Amino acid sequence: MTTTEHAPKTSPEVCGVGHSRRRVEDDRFIQGGGNYLDDIELSGMLHMAIVRSPLAHAEILSIDTSQAEAVDGVVAVVTGDLLAQYDLAWMPTLSGDTQAVLATDKVRFQGQEVAAVIATDPYVARDAAELVFVDYEPLPPIVNPQQGLAPDAPIIRTDKEGKTDNIAYTWESGDAQATEAAFARAARVVTLETHYPRSHPSPLETCGVIADVDPITSQATIYMTSQAPHAHRTVFALVAGLPEQNIRIISPDIGGGFGNKVPVYPGYVIATAASLVIGKPVKWIETRTGNLSSTGFARDYHMKGELALDADGRILGLRVDMTSDQGAFYADAQPTKFRAGLFHIVTGSYDYPAAHVSATGVYTNKAPGGVSYRCSFRVTEASYLIERLVQNAAYEIGMDPAEFRMLNFIRPDQFPYRSPTGFVYDSGDYETALRLAMDMVGYEDLRREQEEARREGRLMGIGIASFTEVVGAGPSKDYDILGLKMFDSAELRIHPTGKGILKLGVKTQGQGHETTFAQIVAEELGIPAADIKVVEGDTDNTPYGLGTYGSRSTPTAGAATSVVSRKLREKARKIAAHLLEASEEDLEWEVGKFFVRGSPESSVTIQDCVFAAYTNFPEGMEGGFEDVDYYDPPNMTFPFGSYIVVVDLDPDTGVWKVRRMIAVDDCGVRINPMIVEGQIHGGLTEGFAMSSMQWITYDEDGNCIGSNFMDYLIPTAWETPRFELGETVTPSPHHPIGAKGVGESATVGSPAAYVNAVIDALAHLGVRNIDMPLLPDRVWETIRSHSGAEGEG
Amino acid sequence: MEINVTVNGTPHTADVEPRMLLVDFIRSTIGLTGTHIGCDTTSCGVCTVLVDGTPMKTCTMFAVQADGRSLTTVEGLKRNGELHPIQAAFKEAHGLQCGFCTPAMMLVGSALIEENPDPSEEEVRWAISGNLCRCTGYMNIVKAIQLAAQNSTTGGTAE
Amino acid sequence: MYPRAFDYLVPRTREEALEVLAERGSEVKVLAGGQSLIPMMKLRFASPTTLVDINRLPGLDAIDAVNGHVRIQALVRHNDIIRSDVVRAENHLMTSTAPWVADPLVRNRGTVCGSVAHHDPEGDWASVMLALGAEVVAESRDGGTRVIPIEDFLVDMFTTALEPTELLTEIRVPRYERGGGNYQKLERKVGDYATVGVATHLELDEAGVITKAGIALTSVYVRNLKVTEAEALLVGRAPSAELFGEAAAIAAAACDPTSDIRGSAEYKRNIVRVFTERSLAESASIAQGS
Repeated sequence: MTTTEHAPKTSPEVCGVGHSRRRVEDDRFIQGGGNYLDDIELSGMLHMAIVRSPLAHAEILSIDTSQAEAVDGVVAVVTGDLLAQYDLAWMPTLSGDTQAVLATDKVRFQGQEVAAVIATDPYVARDAAELVFVDYEPLPPIVNPQQGLAPDAPIIRTDKEGKTDNIAYTWESGDAQATEAAFARAARVVTLETHYPRSHPSPLETCGVIADVDPITSQATIYMTSQAPHAHRTVFALVAGLPEQNIRIISPDIGGGFGNKVPVYPGYVIATAASLVIGKPVKWIETRTGNLSSTGFARDYHMKGELALDADGRILGLRVDMTSDQGAFYADAQPTKFRAGLFHIVTGSYDYPAAHVSATGVYTNKAPGGVSYRCSFRVTEASYLIERLVQNAAYEIGMDPAEFRMLNFIRPDQFPYRSPTGFVYDSGDYETALRLAMDMVGYEDLRREQEEARREGRLMGIGIASFTEVVGAGPSKDYDILGLKMFDSAELRIHPTGKGILKLGVKTQGQGHETTFAQIVAEELGIPAADIKVVEGDTDNTPYGLGTYGSRSTPTAGAATSVVSRKLREKARKIAAHLLEASEEDLEWEVGKFFVRGSPESSVTIQDCVFAAYTNFPEGMEGGFEDVDYYDPPNMTFPFGSYIVVVDLDPDTGVWKVRRMIAVDDCGVRINPMIVEGQIHGGLTEGFAMSSMQWITYDEDGNCIGSNFMDYLIPTAWETPRFELGETVTPSPHHPIGAKGVGESATVGSPAAYVNAVIDALAHLGVRNIDMPLLPDRVWETIRSHSGAEGEG
Repeated sequence: MEINVTVNGTPHTADVEPRMLLVDFIRSTIGLTGTHIGCDTTSCGVCTVLVDGTPMKTCTMFAVQADGRSLTTVEGLKRNGELHPIQAAFKEAHGLQCGFCTPAMMLVGSALIEENPDPSEEEVRWAISGNLCRCTGYMNIVKAIQLAAQNSTTGGTAE
Repeated sequence: MYPRAFDYLVPRTREEALEVLAERGSEVKVLAGGQSLIPMMKLRFASPTTLVDINRLPGLDAIDAVNGHVRIQALVRHNDIIRSDVVRAENHLMTSTAPWVADPLVRNRGTVCGSVAHHDPEGDWASVMLALGAEVVAESRDGGTRVIPIEDFLVDMFTTALEPTELLTEIRVPRYERGGGNYQKLERKVGDYATVGVATHLELDEAGVITKAGIALTSVYVRNLKVTEAEALLVGRAPSAELFGEAAAIAAAACDPTSDIRGSAEYKRNIVRVFTERSLAESASIAQGS
């Protein structure tokens, strides 16, 4: 269902923007022809297994590698001391902290890399890894930020000279004074304290690397599961001291990334160092246990939010205090300037003058990370908090949660809207999206049914989330990672026969770039999408870019593709004028051809122009038909939507089931509606997972619970709800084709909708919070602790 | 130990260590890399192939146990150069994104259709509940399998 | 993840298998479906030095109704139960359980007998067999055939009465005329072990009075737990909501769950009560309709 019909401007043959073009990459994937990292075999390749710490916090007294080294087939055993000789025992994180590659002084989380075995066979490498004996002296572990902030807490980062506490960062945003003033005149203050639990992107393909350093030429070819190959090349150059021209990162087909494959992990560095020393290719494929217990986790925010309301239910201000659990190393993959990512988007879809956010990051004895798991840098946590808060505010003032949102939404005529924490929202129409979702679900009828159900003792709930995202990082004045500005690029070359190649600095992991980016070229040049090959993921053969995460590919590389196509269209115009013997000003463009104004029979196709660019170009013009664009976005984009979830809840067991899930998304112009819907389906599922079952926790000794798929629960088709999608289209005013990016909207927006639905089922009992995941036992315990209580809802 | 295994109709003889997992035999010894590995605990199902027509997780079988058996992997789905209806349907219905779970999903789907030519949505969801997908939310995988069933019955093709 | 190295034996006859067990029983591990054993070997939690693969043994895959019982042989897979006309016609509890064991792919490989022999108290089949009053048949070269009541067979967590020299060849489930059963399982997702599982089985006489009752619980005790006190309460009485409520309360009191990631002990005890009541009501309704 859609609100608007969007007739594509191009024919199905050209297949520009708006066509649900079937994916070109599918041809290889459906025939087993995908080329994922572990599918690559190089001659003489060795295999690496990592020895991990069983303890959360312990001093390393000694490491005995002699028995492992004696195993037939073992080539080398690498320890931190060995790496230290090459100055590689530590590496920088993407947040400017340092992280141990292999632990030398002490281990700081369970699963930390302590040694690595290189052998001729992966089975042998694993056998020998068991024979590396490490003598540990246990230290008291810190398993949550509250412990970490305690005055007598042991210091985790003893490696940092002079460090006397466990604080990783402090940060604030907004206007504290104005916010205080807003709260001072509030008629009512609504408070919510909640924990967004630790999660993990866990793509089905784990991380891995094949490092192939040629001992003669010193050329390092590094095959890597990388969402950001160019940035990784630069990091490798900085970390390993290799000349950057000698490093080639190849990111082959990626079996899902979701933010997990943005950071540089110790395994990559160890394998590269080993290949450099041994002179043979070294492959490392992470185990699932290694993936879940050591690579970039997500979320783990402890949040307290307060909304100040006036007597009529208008929001006056928002105050948020957040403590993040960073694990042992501060390794968020995020823009340098923002220490808690873009969490300050927490003001949401609502119009009020004042907000203040304070944040403290705390080191704990847990895996490092803080990656943007299908999320634009902590936007998920922010969206969750504000959408939970407004729902609770509605209960407190006795207003319907939908009505409360309508009352407080930023109105369409307020865009571009400057938020109290400094974002400039590009465009939006929140009320229309919510109204559409309400119509689709039959909101009024459901509220009547709910009243009736409560009288009969049945529990059902309706949860809403009207989220606003900020994606597409980002404008160079504010956005960089390790100093690298977050522009992105596109290089387009059309060959003489009118068919061409588009090379990008981003890297697809299932989003369908090979299909959609060709559609942008088709839209701009009228060359059929089928005639454009899209190449990504090889740093020797693509222009520089910061990669794919944070829904940034469409806002940045998509824009670059559009702009480079337009540059070439202008070149084609000059050639067309030459071919038609007309002046440029007299030429009109319509998809795929130029014609002389007033005499449409006098025309040349884009293919004619391209051919002429190689065979018959005007004097003084450079030959060939290619160009490049490095696109620096003028602003972020702000996708939004309204989701409504209906649940039925069994009070005897706490089990809840999703009856309906309505998702209305507005991501601006949709390049390929089929792919957009697929992205939304995936995100809605991850949101369901996080709200219902998927989390990582630690016991009091720092043992990771959730280090395999028996404990880290990913919903199957059986548990996953059916989704009903709706659409509104509010183009981004600053993006060349009006697109905003959609890969993460549903993960960002949906958790609050699911949780709000369960809370809504229990609101009349006075229930205002259950921390995610809403496993049946938590729901049942909540019902029990509230039964008999007088509710206000 | 020497074993004889037929893979996609081609007989193979190989000498393998008893502990070699069937998935490693398929990927490394035979060299068919469309069968994947995604977990350590028999949970994700991306290693699924058909063993004598029945879908099984090859990370939880030893290669020696496949001696004398006939395996079908994703590379064996095509017949006479034509895509299997399940392959065509996965493309048509956008039943895949990153493609990592896709071979397994298609094999399970094809086995389901063999047994049940007209599966309901619920039957499809139940049949694929031993296979994880992180990208699609299963919506279009279910659609693709139902589309393949429809096209198999009518003898039509998905496209 | 890769298992440690082991010797692999693959007998072709039952005699050959029993010979191997008689000679090397203490050092070998029998491999049937392997869906619990192989994952443990991959994680190196289990490292048998020798595996005896019984999958090639002929005459071990029957499901049939003979001599007053339904016979499930050692190589019957979980999904064979789902597909079996005999089970569908003869046994409601097994029919109800099979679709919720593990996941569809594991069910194609894993065996019912293997699951019982493994005796993980979080496994479903041992509870089913307890509720049904099944018997386990064990064979050995020197000891011949032993028929062991299921209560005696299940000794303790991961421990059974099976001798190292013995092969579990079949499980026998008593047939019934007028009865019904079903399994209620709370799992967080498909493939998860039960947070709580409750198996019940009821048989009625012509007057509708309960003549035989079976109740057994999964995941709430150090082994699968047969609630004999509740069973005794039911026999000789007519089904009623009140009666089932009483039986459920007994079951809830009898279990001894541990608090863990799946829920508090209190929560699990509550589920035992709720599910026992629901399961008995469902079993009675099936029995009354049969």
